[in-house]
Amino acid sequence: MKVVLQNLTKIFPSRNKKANEEVIAVNDFTFEIPDGKLIGLLGPSGCGKSTTLYMISGLQKPTGGRIFFGDDDVTELSPENRGIGLVFQNYALYPHMTVKQNILFPLQNLKGADKMDKDVMLERAYQAAKLVQIDELMDRKPSELSGGQQQRVAIARALVKMPKVLLLDEPLSNLDARLRLQTREEIRRIQKETGITTIFVTHDQEEAMSISDMIVVMKLGVLQQIGKPQEVYDDPANLFVAKFLGTPPINVFAGEVKGGKLYLGEDAVLDVPGVDDRKVTVGIRPEGFVPAENGAMVCNLSNVEVMGRDVSVVSTHPASLNPQIRSIVDADNKIADAATVRFALKPHKVFLFDAETEERIRF
Amino acid sequence: MVDSKKSWKAWLYLSPAIVLLLIFTVWPIFNTIRMAFLENYNFYGGMNGVTFKFGLGNFMQVVTYKNFVTCLTNTLLLCVLTVPISTLLALVIAVCLNAIKPFQRLLQTIFFLPYVTNSIAIGMVFAAMFNMIGTAYGTQNELIVTSGIINNVIEFFGGDRINWINTGSTKLANMIVLVIYIVWNALPFKILVLLGGLQSVNKQYYEAAKVDGTSRLRTFTRITVPLLSPMITYVVITGFIGGFKEYSSIVGVFGDDMGPTGTNKPLNTMVGYIYDSLRNNLPGRASAAALILFAIIFVVTMLNLYISKKNTHY
Repeated sequence: MKVVLQNLTKIFPSRNKKANEEVIAVNDFTFEIPDGKLIGLLGPSGCGKSTTLYMISGLQKPTGGRIFFGDDDVTELSPENRGIGLVFQNYALYPHMTVKQNILFPLQNLKGADKMDKDVMLERAYQAAKLVQIDELMDRKPSELSGGQQQRVAIARALVKMPKVLLLDEPLSNLDARLRLQTREEIRRIQKETGITTIFVTHDQEEAMSISDMIVVMKLGVLQQIGKPQEVYDDPANLFVAKFLGTPPINVFAGEVKGGKLYLGEDAVLDVPGVDDRKVTVGIRPEGFVPAENGAMVCNLSNVEVMGRDVSVVSTHPASLNPQIRSIVDADNKIADAATVRFALKPHKVFLFDAETEERIRF
Repeated sequence: MVDSKKSWKAWLYLSPAIVLLLIFTVWPIFNTIRMAFLENYNFYGGMNGVTFKFGLGNFMQVVTYKNFVTCLTNTLLLCVLTVPISTLLALVIAVCLNAIKPFQRLLQTIFFLPYVTNSIAIGMVFAAMFNMIGTAYGTQNELIVTSGIINNVIEFFGGDRINWINTGSTKLANMIVLVIYIVWNALPFKILVLLGGLQSVNKQYYEAAKVDGTSRLRTFTRITVPLLSPMITYVVITGFIGGFKEYSSIVGVFGDDMGPTGTNKPLNTMVGYIYDSLRNNLPGRASAAALILFAIIFVVTMLNLYISKKNTHY
């Protein structure tokens, strides 16, 4: 099921009536989520990504804009009539019910023509449990399960009604690091197997990049960029997106374009044809640095960290806006133990942004 | 763990409480048991070194006393009637209070007010409300016969006034008044506990239930009540214990007569019986009755716990 958000806006009234400070949680959101894909809503906390998810679920009413599932306008529909499955951040499993009862619960709520036989319900519950591999745990209480198992039960409960759209709120945030890796693969697998359009919220860019078909980057309620993870990484729309994606994070410099050349401090580091002379903010991905004896960029070497496959070079540069520059270079490069290190730059790993608006300047 | 060398400090800090408990709780309990098994024990003889025969005579006296069955049935009846009614009402009120936003604090306070009011005073107000024959002075200083507000309301709607509590009233009418009063008096504490429980329930369970399309009734019975079950168990058990100790409410409404004026304590309870025994210098009988009451409360509480164990989810 394709999900379309049209000018979606959510304004929370101010808590303090006198101050009259409204909070615009989601500001004029428009995008289309294609059918059967896994979408990551990504942004720092407070960017409105959970609010967006809750509006899609129907638990929160948008202040403005419309939501479509396929061609149907569902904006006014209540959550149970939208055909969604929602997995809460802390799972919200009913603690007094067994796993089986938890999974059966949504089916038992069905009324009228949708009402099912007990056997059918049980079969569906076991089907969902098998899909998330918890069919051995059906008679346990949630308190007797590990965090990862609880997560699976929550997903099974959301899937048992065969929703058109599956929504996950920070699905991995309550898990430890090892489980997180495992569970994100699991979510990917379940999504592939069921083919259900799945939207999940996360603040962890690595998580979003690794499993999503498409990521939606948000900041302060405003949509920043939407696209395939690699595309967004390789072609960020603005400085925020460039800084938000990637580990280690992108290195940011104050630069200037003069006569088609990019200057970082004294060094003319790159040809940037077609860009007018102006002050710019420059982002260089850690992998964009190539150690070269006659490299144009001269950095003061602070530290070399060997990581086996590659080497992390920590250095400083007068134009850098961060205290340190972190570059990842191939381990074949021998970094001499000297005071300075010279880098050549890979042009497609260097991004220019307007110093004021922080919008991307393409060259 | 406290370092054993330092444990004398712990004992020191605990000692005031321990001493008071020993004097005013532990010793009286032992003394009650002792007195209960000494036949015809009385305070005067006890102080003057008279020896009493050890035996079950006091218990026989309690059980064979002609009003004992009345006291016991009154007590049981009040428990069985008031605890379920007040618990159910408190649950409904707590859920309603929890659902509204404006005036929640104000209403919460209003509902809690009876708890801080003296039960004898409330009983007298109830007596005045259910009165059939009250008196007041008119404008010419003449005596006018009036009814309480309840009978006024009944008459306003065209009914005949009912003798709730005055001379000649039926036991059924008396019981209805008592049940209303005790329920009303028991509500605040129960509402407070249940509302506290409701407010600590994670809202996401309700959001999850909403997404799952759960009807309101089912949300209440399958989610709210089970999640509140520890509080409900607590409220029911303390309700039963309080019910078995019912006494002041009857004094409040009916006065020391424990019934309509001129009757012989038809509404007396177990605690009332214990008081009567003490008043008649029969501490042995009072102790025996107290032990019987204790045994009943113990059994009922165990029964409560046993039943609720299956239905309580901690």
